[in-house]
Amino acid sequence: MKKLLTGNEAFAYGAYLAGVQLAAAYPGTPSTEIVKNCATYDTIFAEWSPNEKVSLDVATGAAYAGRRALCAMKHVGMNVAADSLFSASYTGVKGGLVIINADDPGMHSSQNEQDNRNYAKFARVPMLEPADSEEAKNFVGIALEMSEQYDTPVIIRTTTRLSHSRTLVEMDDSKRVIPSAETPAYERNIPKYVMVPANARRRHPVVEERLQKLAALAETIEINKIEPGDDEIGIITSGVIYQYAKEVFPTATILKLGMVWPLPKQMILDFAKRVKKLVIIEELDPIFEDFIRLLGLPCVGKEVYPIEGEFNPSLIREVSYKAGLLKEQPPTVSTADIELPIRPPMLCPGCGHRGLFYALKRLDATVFGDIGCYTLGASPPLAAMHTTTCMGAGFGVVHGVDKMGVTDRTVGLLGDSTFFHSGIHPMIDILYNSGTSTLVITDNRTTAMTGHQDNPGSGKTLLGEPAERMDIETVVRGLGAKRVDVVNPYEVDQVMKVVKEGIESGEPSVVIARYPCVLQTKEKHPVPTVDTETCNNCGTCLKIGCPPIVKGENHVAIDNILCNGCGLCVTVCPFNAIKKPEEQ
Amino acid sequence: MYNKIDFIIAGVGGQGTILASDILVEVGLHAGYDVKKSEVHGMSQRGGGVESQVRWGERVYSPLIEKGKADYLLGFEMLEAARWTEYLNPSSVVYVNRHKMYPPSVTTGQAEYPAETAIEHELSSRAGRYEWVDAMAAAKELGNPALAGVIMLGRLSADLDVEPETWLKVIAELVPAKLVELNKKAFITGRKMKKGV
Repeated sequence: MKKLLTGNEAFAYGAYLAGVQLAAAYPGTPSTEIVKNCATYDTIFAEWSPNEKVSLDVATGAAYAGRRALCAMKHVGMNVAADSLFSASYTGVKGGLVIINADDPGMHSSQNEQDNRNYAKFARVPMLEPADSEEAKNFVGIALEMSEQYDTPVIIRTTTRLSHSRTLVEMDDSKRVIPSAETPAYERNIPKYVMVPANARRRHPVVEERLQKLAALAETIEINKIEPGDDEIGIITSGVIYQYAKEVFPTATILKLGMVWPLPKQMILDFAKRVKKLVIIEELDPIFEDFIRLLGLPCVGKEVYPIEGEFNPSLIREVSYKAGLLKEQPPTVSTADIELPIRPPMLCPGCGHRGLFYALKRLDATVFGDIGCYTLGASPPLAAMHTTTCMGAGFGVVHGVDKMGVTDRTVGLLGDSTFFHSGIHPMIDILYNSGTSTLVITDNRTTAMTGHQDNPGSGKTLLGEPAERMDIETVVRGLGAKRVDVVNPYEVDQVMKVVKEGIESGEPSVVIARYPCVLQTKEKHPVPTVDTETCNNCGTCLKIGCPPIVKGENHVAIDNILCNGCGLCVTVCPFNAIKKPEEQ
Repeated sequence: MYNKIDFIIAGVGGQGTILASDILVEVGLHAGYDVKKSEVHGMSQRGGGVESQVRWGERVYSPLIEKGKADYLLGFEMLEAARWTEYLNPSSVVYVNRHKMYPPSVTTGQAEYPAETAIEHELSSRAGRYEWVDAMAAAKELGNPALAGVIMLGRLSADLDVEPETWLKVIAELVPAKLVELNKKAFITGRKMKKGV
């Protein structure tokens, strides 16, 4: 039977079929649904780890215990997990270990578009790249076998387009690998698993030798294959880009690489000999191209196919035509001739972050922020966040800024899930190194941006079991913070007062702005009404950037369907023209 | 069976474009096509523009449709529909829900929402056929604005060579149990919107 699965659902199904017993991840678009779906199989223990490094360590532990394990992360998550990856490459594994890494070309929801094929080369581990959901399913099993046979972690690379596209998958549970019923045992082996210099020096040559063997495997593995066609043009490609190449060059000869590191040198040399013109179509970095040019082969690559941005078949057709690789002109198309106002994502109606950012804006605070829904506080009209780089950075950055003497209304800000991910450490730093920063934690009791995953503060695990709810206030007091306040972000005056006092105190201060995510609680209140006589269109309520509030000719109006009834507009209206229903 | 049919659904986060494209792709599968579907999650959930692309064909490679090659554009929101002119060709069919959702630049008075006639002109001048669908009004009449998407699918279904029973079966599989009857009703409402039916 065939079923339509997203790439991420197919990875999870593949993990189930391959007898994976543990799956760990920190949520991150576009990878989140992999481990979320692993949790739907009762043969897999699945967890949300506090961050990607922890998830990889946990998965590595399961593999050390001789069982098959999976860990998934978005591309920037691999930066967090990199330390563990490089060491796991040296120690190897016992049970299979597959790391599914989701790149985000085009940055649909990311801060950069790094190409994590670089990590395979860098950490000297093999990497596979499927081109549709069926391959996504199959490659998990192939990766785990490779991992066990070659004693190495194996990375599978996906991209947003693969992870979030739905394509057909053959559903067949009959070939499922049933994990051993015996109790797993850790087999002690100090020279292999204790990476002190003396042991690591012995492991490095083993890693190099392994890479040679894997390169030999790449020459024969069936997922690297030539699809014969017209040999005028020979294309080397991988992943979802293969699908685009098939659309644009339906008759070309194609070398489709399912194993993208190490690369099959001889296979590529033979392929180049066979075709008249060698064309490398790869998204982001010139990984194949650099390898191929080092083999001395002339080819068409990044001078035609851009290094930045997400590919699509139209783009490949346009640039290929311009480069003379296609004869037929692409269709002439045009964007609209009228101005189309953009529609950026916004904080939801009723979101507790809105009151907080309004208060920070009124304080004219400089906010060193972080990654989460609350990053939307940087968007106009609030425009109340001034740096965002990576997870956990906000607190460390504000400490550095403050230490340089820039202390006029500076605030560090991050969310509850981000605090558990990597915000605790910079807080420790501030408390340890006599910092004075004011640190705001927006605590909405969930990992909202990626779709409401549980976290150590939510009181529930990925498997739906109750968990100890880690109380942020207790945690920060335990670290040694003395000045800690919990506020309701809708109480704008109170937030302003507490943050101002914290800034002026000259000591480290923590403000926990707690309000549960309204998308999750589905909490809704009666919609406020606008007294059209009193409203003079002053525009104050428009400064909170709430989607249901619409500027009209003479007064504002509130969209009944969109409005959540949170009442922040009632609070901010200086003329008492917006009223809560019970006040009428 | 057609050689291929490419559909684009454009709307705003929360309008049900993902459910609609899930229904559309499953219907294609039931009708015997190879199918693929692509969409973008993430930040777009927070009130940003959302697009889904669905492809039916004998053999579909790319999950993304090429510019100038869309057969149908379903606009769940007027402004969002107008962003897809590049995907149209003189035989494309465009259905637009007569429904406006103001983006922040418009609600705050910094930009103007384009006129209905201007949006219609941009799309109809590049397509083979253009039709407004009063899906939002009909959905409100049925008591739930969220039904507009299924009404749009109903209108589309009247052009396609797939039995209504197939659509209704897929809808019953994909919407929450307590909303099945209402969604079926919405689908039929949309299907009857084809002129002369």
